[in-house]
This record gives sequence, structure tokens and C-alpha cells, in this order.
Amino acid sequence: MYTKPFSYHRPKSLEDAVALFGKSSDPRYLAGGQTLIPTMKQRLAAPSDLIDLGGLSALAFIRKSADMLMIGAGTRHAAVATSADVKSAIPALAYLAEGIGDPAVRHRGTIGGSLANNDPAADYPAAVLGLGATVKTTKRSIAADEFFTGMFETALQDGEIVTEIAFPIPEKAGYAKFPNPASRYAMVGVFVAKVKTGVRVAVTGAGPCVFRVPQMEAALAKDFSDGAIANIKVAADDLNSDLHGSREYRAHLVTVMARRAVAGA
Amino acid sequence: MTASLIGRPVKRKEDRRFITGTGHYTDDLSRPHQTHAVFVRSPHAHAKIRKIDAAPALALPGVIQVLTGEDLKADNVQGLICGWMIHSKDGSPMKAGGHPALALGKVRYVGDHVAVVIAETPAAAKDGAEAVVVDYEELPSVTSTGDAQSSSVQIHDEAPRNTVYQWALGDEKATGAAFANAAQVVELNLVNNRLIPNAMEPRAALGEYDSGSGIYTLTTTSQNPHVARLVLSAFVQIAPEHKLRVIAPDVGGGFGSKIFIYPEETVCVWAAKRVGRPVKWTAERGESFLADAHGRDHVTHGALALDKDGRVLGLRVKTTANLGAYLSTFSSAVPTYLYATLLSGQYNIPAIYAEVDAVYTNTAPVDAYRGAGRPEATYVVERLMEEAARKLKLDPAEIRRRNFIREFPHQTPVILAYDIGDYDASLKEAVKRADVSGFAQRKADAAKRDKKRGLGFSTYIEACGLAPSAAVGSLGAGVGLWESAEVRVNPTGSVEVLTGSHSHGQGHETTFAQLVADRLGISIDQVEIVHGDTDKVQFGMGTYGSRSAAVGLSAISLATDKVIAKAKHIAAYVMEVPEDDVEFKDGEFAAVKTNKKMTFGEVALAAYVGHKFPTDQIEPGLKETSFYDPKNFTFPAGCHICEVEIDPDTGVVEIVKFTAVDDFGTVINPMIVEGQVHGGIAQGIGQALLEHGVYDKESGQLLTGSYMDYCMPRADDLPSFEVGMTITACPSNPIGVKGCGEAGAIAAPAAVMNAITDALGVKEFDMPATPEKVWRALSGQRA
Repeated sequence: MYTKPFSYHRPKSLEDAVALFGKSSDPRYLAGGQTLIPTMKQRLAAPSDLIDLGGLSALAFIRKSADMLMIGAGTRHAAVATSADVKSAIPALAYLAEGIGDPAVRHRGTIGGSLANNDPAADYPAAVLGLGATVKTTKRSIAADEFFTGMFETALQDGEIVTEIAFPIPEKAGYAKFPNPASRYAMVGVFVAKVKTGVRVAVTGAGPCVFRVPQMEAALAKDFSDGAIANIKVAADDLNSDLHGSREYRAHLVTVMARRAVAGA
Repeated sequence: MTASLIGRPVKRKEDRRFITGTGHYTDDLSRPHQTHAVFVRSPHAHAKIRKIDAAPALALPGVIQVLTGEDLKADNVQGLICGWMIHSKDGSPMKAGGHPALALGKVRYVGDHVAVVIAETPAAAKDGAEAVVVDYEELPSVTSTGDAQSSSVQIHDEAPRNTVYQWALGDEKATGAAFANAAQVVELNLVNNRLIPNAMEPRAALGEYDSGSGIYTLTTTSQNPHVARLVLSAFVQIAPEHKLRVIAPDVGGGFGSKIFIYPEETVCVWAAKRVGRPVKWTAERGESFLADAHGRDHVTHGALALDKDGRVLGLRVKTTANLGAYLSTFSSAVPTYLYATLLSGQYNIPAIYAEVDAVYTNTAPVDAYRGAGRPEATYVVERLMEEAARKLKLDPAEIRRRNFIREFPHQTPVILAYDIGDYDASLKEAVKRADVSGFAQRKADAAKRDKKRGLGFSTYIEACGLAPSAAVGSLGAGVGLWESAEVRVNPTGSVEVLTGSHSHGQGHETTFAQLVADRLGISIDQVEIVHGDTDKVQFGMGTYGSRSAAVGLSAISLATDKVIAKAKHIAAYVMEVPEDDVEFKDGEFAAVKTNKKMTFGEVALAAYVGHKFPTDQIEPGLKETSFYDPKNFTFPAGCHICEVEIDPDTGVVEIVKFTAVDDFGTVINPMIVEGQVHGGIAQGIGQALLEHGVYDKESGQLLTGSYMDYCMPRADDLPSFEVGMTITACPSNPIGVKGCGEAGAIAAPAAVMNAITDALGVKEFDMPATPEKVWRALSGQRA
């Protein structure tokens, strides 16, 4: 597979990266490249300039405070999956990261890249929305509820780079994924968390963009048990439907996976 | 006496180079001044080509030539062929449309070959292919097997109602009478899902032309380079046979898909002369999905007539087989002689009648894929047997026992004469290993965990070792299916074995060497297996249909016998004793009644030095050939038992246990045989649970064109297999082998689906058993 020609840059600072972006005609940032590179090889993307953020080692970190877990945008999935801090603070997040793609993907892909791409079947959006995390960028802080705006769409503006994700450490959290049998992306993935502000339930894979399920959140706030949501079904109308699962099946799986996430929390 | 090498799990000699990256695959090879080919492919399922404008591509840097079907025509290159003539039941020959390597006026499936761009680099060729402007007039398309004959879409003018043939086998009247007298009739509608082969190495070709000698060389991913040379010279008319060399170097898996003569390989070797430089092409994975020959794709109605005790009286089968948009090399034989001839299974069935309609559709050509016809036949017979057991409330093992063939040879009503087998033995062993008696308890335990368990049997048979030439010739094959071998002893006593079989993962370099080393009493390291080059090996029919051991190795065995005979002759002269007094054992020629002895190496040296025997009476040298034509097919058979557990919440099927007991006749290397069984079962389970090649009904686009949607089995989809063997040595070849390469793919789908329908308590349920389909079946029951 052969890409279209492009210019490659490896800036040493965020400022340089942003400046390069501003100067290029059709630039793309490159994080772990696990989506962008295959897309370029298939010639579905042909940026004029590829700005590799891989040289910004300051973006790869995991830090824990009393009530927050901060993960740098350049942190690879494998680092999150194996981090003692993540495992002790939010074990469900380590578990989620451990189930992304395959070992090669986990050792290249980054949390910032995944969030900026916002693939409707990616795992991380469920954790960020489910925990009510804050996405920090070169320009500002964006609440998870404001960040994911649609299929492959986010609140990020042109040239804006995700730098860090700040997760509140929950009292309890769980993640359950039903993988697409072929791609192993989430056909339905549900992240459930009990945080200070209440219970949050976020669903990835089922719809065009990660979404919350207020009915389940309300039920779990009263009774945090899998039985409490056994009869709550999301509407199938707006869900994805493809070869592997109809929207009705996905709607059914949301309840099953939500129950399993709660049971595992 | 030294221990025999036969039956020993000798480690594979070839693996060192494969796992250290020192093999030589087609794409590893590069030639000076090499150019690169990229094909312009049809984005439409069916369209007329109004115009091809190559000018924008030719204007790009690095693009050398753009060639189309008209250029092939101008050079008198003929279309690709289907090498097996099938006649319809009314006696008319099959209706084959043309198959140009590059389209002439019309494209017939998404991925069809429109033009080729030859450029200095792969990237330039890709840019060029994107720049070629093709003006299409889109036509309506039909992709579904069941719709092909009723559709108003006409794919080839030669084939009205898109029907290639309407073929039948067996005795319709006798079968009708059997049904009239039946106490029970069991009927099933079955779909055998379309599969897309996925060899690890994609297809590739490197075409060269030497203007000095006029010799073309095609290096390519082929399972049968000599057949490729024959077809490309005699039929496609690229070059006379003696001016065309075909080399199939290391090949990374085939599963049938690399038997066939494809457009890309044809174009590369032809274009090498046109361009005056070597032309190389390696398929991208997406091209493999689009344009490798697919497998299976049958729609079938099957009916079984039984007496009140569960004895089968008759079997009636009506199948529609999808052959895709063009007839691939052996496609016509797959749903006929490789399918309906197997419908007797392991059973004594007095009357069988099968009708097969083969249809064109706007899909990739369909041809032989691991098992080729036999998995489809086994699926029909074994689903029907299991359903019959349920309807008659008989134990599924017992209904099979009541119908097993026990006297051999056995003539079935569908051509084949089984030479040997012991079906009770493999069933008994499988039932024991699968712990069938403990199943009821396991099912009850699963129910306590809200899970559903099911058990399914598949007692399969296959006809392998393709095949007796006279037999296949009478059935329409354009070639004889013998095999050739040459055993070349060097003066130092080491041996080169040249075989017409081709190894692309099977481990011939080990198993073939085991047999020769064992026979000659020399070290296995003294034996080199040479294959895959038409300049080295005189001729060969290649590897498919589990034929390499039964036919290819039999030829080697006979040539080795001839070597021993001649060596004995020479040894007698050298030792000055009568030839009858020379005994050959453990690598030594001993003159009985004396203490004279010669090792095999000493005789080899004597044969080439020629000082000590009359060379006017005995030719010097030690090299023998054999062309072996088998007496009969071989009939591997066995019993596979699958146990599944279903999660009713999600519909996910887990294979908790899979037991396979096979009778492959004599086993040369049990480790390699077990590996073949494992791979076959993985593919069989893949078909039953995961794999499905799907075209969009409206647009004719391939929906499963990548691993994002085409679901290959992975290690975590599979349990650890319980594999056993029972042995009846095959009487039809000198080694006693039957073939093991396809058994798993043949037997497993029925075993899995019988287990799933058992767990679900449903009658009709089609592959692949995806979680949603299973969940829906259970939801229907809950509703």
C-alpha cells in the first residue's frame, strides 16, 4: 500500500506543532497513527503535511492526586493498561485500555489520538464521558459532556491539540464491551461510574457517537446494582445498524453490557 | 534394525527458513529494471465500458504504459479457461461466457479487471490507476445465488437465465420410489455460506521476458506451476510451452485459491514483453478480498427418506451453486463431481438423486476452497442425519451406526467405490474422547448458570487423492490427475527428489524426505525435496484435494523402488554375487551367505564412477522417474463431535469442546497431520460461526472487503482441540495414505451447527451462527 506524497514534521514543542499546523495547507497531526496511517495507505486521507507529535515526550505521563488521575495525551494504551496508578485509582480504565485493539495497536496508539479521532466504536470515549473527565488542550479545558460532538467530530478547533485528560477517581466504575467479532472494536461498550456528582453511564459503539443513558443513571443512583437497570432499554431508532448487529440487537446489548459493567464495578 | 522414520513427529525442515525470515516468496524477488503493475478495477457490479481514457495516467511521472483488453486481443492472447466440461441433464454442454484477462466492453463484478498501469514504482502505478478515466454505463446487477435464475439481469449472452448448467446425478426414479415407501421424511433448507480465502501471503506475480531466447518466466504464487504453464501456453497462448517457465517459489498458503489461473498473473507475464522489462504485481489485501476466487455459496433443499427404524432409504438433493461472474479454472467440477458424488456419506443409501444448477452472478468467481464440494456435501448429509435422529427420537450416534457401510469395497449410487474404512471405530473413539455420556450432566450444570449447551455430530467422508485419470477424464476433466517424481541420487549418496506436488505450508520437505530417507536407509538431512519450477521438475499436477501424499508421494515411492532395484543390480556386480543374493536393509546392500556389504552411498558412488560393472549392460548413474496414476480415490473419514455453550443474553456461541477422530490411513508425520487437522477445524468453525462473504443486494458492492467486516477465526474463538486417530491403511496406493489436509474444514461445520441447533432446539438455522442470529432465535422462543 502506498500513500500519496506528504511532508513529514517532527516538532520539538507544542508551540512549534501548532505553528506548523497554521502554516500548512492541509495538515494532520499524527499521534499513534493507528487510524491515520492505515487511512492514508488506503488513500482515503492524503494530508499535505503530517505533524508527528511523537517527539513531545512531555505529553506522555500518568499522575495521581488524592481525587484525580491525570493522563498525558501522548500516553500509549499499553502504558495505561499496565500502570499501577491507573490500576489502583480506576481499575476499569486499565481494563478498558487492555482491551483496545491488539498488542501492536496498544503499544503505538495514544489516548489523545483516540479521543481527537472520536471513532464511534472506540473504547476511550466511553471512559472519558462515563467518568465525566476533563479534556485539556493547547487552548482550554473541555468537559467530557461538551467534547464529543458527533461521529468523528469533537469540540476541538483547527490546530488545537489535546494535551491531558483529567479523570475524577470514582467510588466505583466498570466497563463491559461486546466486541465486533471481525474488527474487535466495540459493537457496544458501556462504562458505568459512581462519581461525586452521581452515577454516569456512557455507551460507545452502539450509536454514531458516544452517549449517556440518563434513565440508567437515575436508576443506579438509587440502587447501584445490575438488577436496577435490567428493564431499562435504550431506544433503537438512533443506533447503528450493520452486518454484525442491527439497531435492535445493539439496543438489547446496551442493557446487557450495562448490567455487566455494574456487576463488575 | 534402525527405527523407521514413518510415523515419527519429525520437526519440519522448512520451518527454520520460514520463521527466521529467510524464505523466498514471490514478492521478495526483485529484478534489475523491474516495473510495477497496478490494476484498474471495476467499481461497479455490472456495467458496460463506453471508453477507457489512459491519457491522464500516461501524463503522470513514472507511468510507462496502460494496457487494456484490446491490447491483449491485438496480441492474440486468448481468454482464461474452465478446464472441466460439465454437461446438463439434457445433454447440452455447459454455457460458458468468455473470460478475458482484461475486460472487453463489459465488467461483471466489483473488482473485475479493466486495465493495467505499468510504472516505475508501485506508487506511480497507483497514481496512474487512479488517473485512468473509465466511462461506465451502469447496468443492474444480481449477486444472490437464489435470485440469479429469476433475475432479468443477463450477465453473459451465452447463458440464458444466468444458468451455466443444470446437472443431475443418480437415479431419480429409484429415489422417488424410496420416498414413496418411506415411514419418515426429513427435509431441510440449507445455505452454505460464501467464504473468502485468506492465505497469509497474497497473490503475486513477476513476469519476465528474455528477448534473446524468446523465453518468458512467470514467478508466481501457484499451487500447481505446471498446470499454470500448460493453461497459459496451450489455451491462453502467451507462448509455446517450451518458451514459458513458471516458478512457484515459497508460497504462503493457498487453501485452493492459488490453484487457478488468474488475470493478474497472465497479464504480468504477457506485459513483460510489451514493456520490455520485468513486471511485478503483489496484491493488496483488499484486492485479495475482491478478486481471489471465493468458496462455497450453495442454496440447497435436501430430503432424507427413512424407514421406521431410522434406516435411510433414499436421499434427494436440489442445489443451486453460485459460480460468480466468470468460470474459474476448476469451478464447474466443484458443485458436481466433487460434491454430489459424496452425498452417500458413510452410509449405505440405496438411492440418491441430486440436481445441481450452477449460476452466474455479479460476484467474484467461486472455485475450489479447502474441501471443495465435500464440505458442502457433508453439511447436507450430516445436518439431515442429525435432524432425522431428532425426529425419530434416536440417539444421533445410533442412527449413524444403523446406516454405516461395513463391507468394502462399497459401490455408492453416486459413482464412488469406497475401498476401505471403519466408521464404527472412529465414532466409538470420538464418543469416548468427547465424553458424550457425561453431556446430560454438563447440560444440566450449564442450565443452572442460565447457559444452553448443545452437542453435534458429524461423521464425514471425503474423496481425496485426486484422482484416477481415467475416472476424472470420463467425468469431463481436461487433464489427467496423476503425479510425477524423479529421485536423483548424487555420487556422494545424497538425494534430490523432484516432485510435481507443491508445498505451500503442508510440510512436504519433511514428510517426503521422511519416506525417502526411510526407504533408502539414509539420514533425512541427505534428502532435498525440489518442487515448484517447471525448468527443474518435468511435469506435475500440483497440490490440492489432499492429493500430495496419496499421489505425489506414491510416485516418489515408486521411483525410489526403481532406484533401489537398480542399485541392487549394480551392488550385485560390484560384490560379484548373483542379484538374487543381494538384500537391501537399513541402507545396506548385503550379499547373503557372504560377509560382503555395501552402504547405499558406496553403491551410489559406484554407479557414477562405473569402473566395476559393465556399462554396456548397465547404464551408469542412479536416477529414476515415475508417473503414478492412482487406482482409486482415497476415502479419509472420521467422526467430529462439537459441544457448544450459548449465552442467551448475547447469543454468543462458545465452542467448549471439539473432538476429532480421523482415519487418514498410514500416517507419516503425526505432528504435521495434527497441524493439518487443527487448521482445517479452525476453518470449519470459522465457516460455522464467523466467516461470510456478503455482497450488497442493491449495489453489488462487496460489504466484507476487509478484516474490519470479514470475520476470520482467531485463537480465542477456538478451544483446545481433542484430536485422535484410527487407522485403516489405504489399499489403493503403495504407501497406505489417504490425505488429511481438508478433513477439518469438511467435517467441522456440520458438527458445530448440529450442536447449535441442539442447544437452541431449532430445525433450520444457517451459517454463520452470528450472535445476533442466535439471540433472535432465542428471542423468538421467549416471545
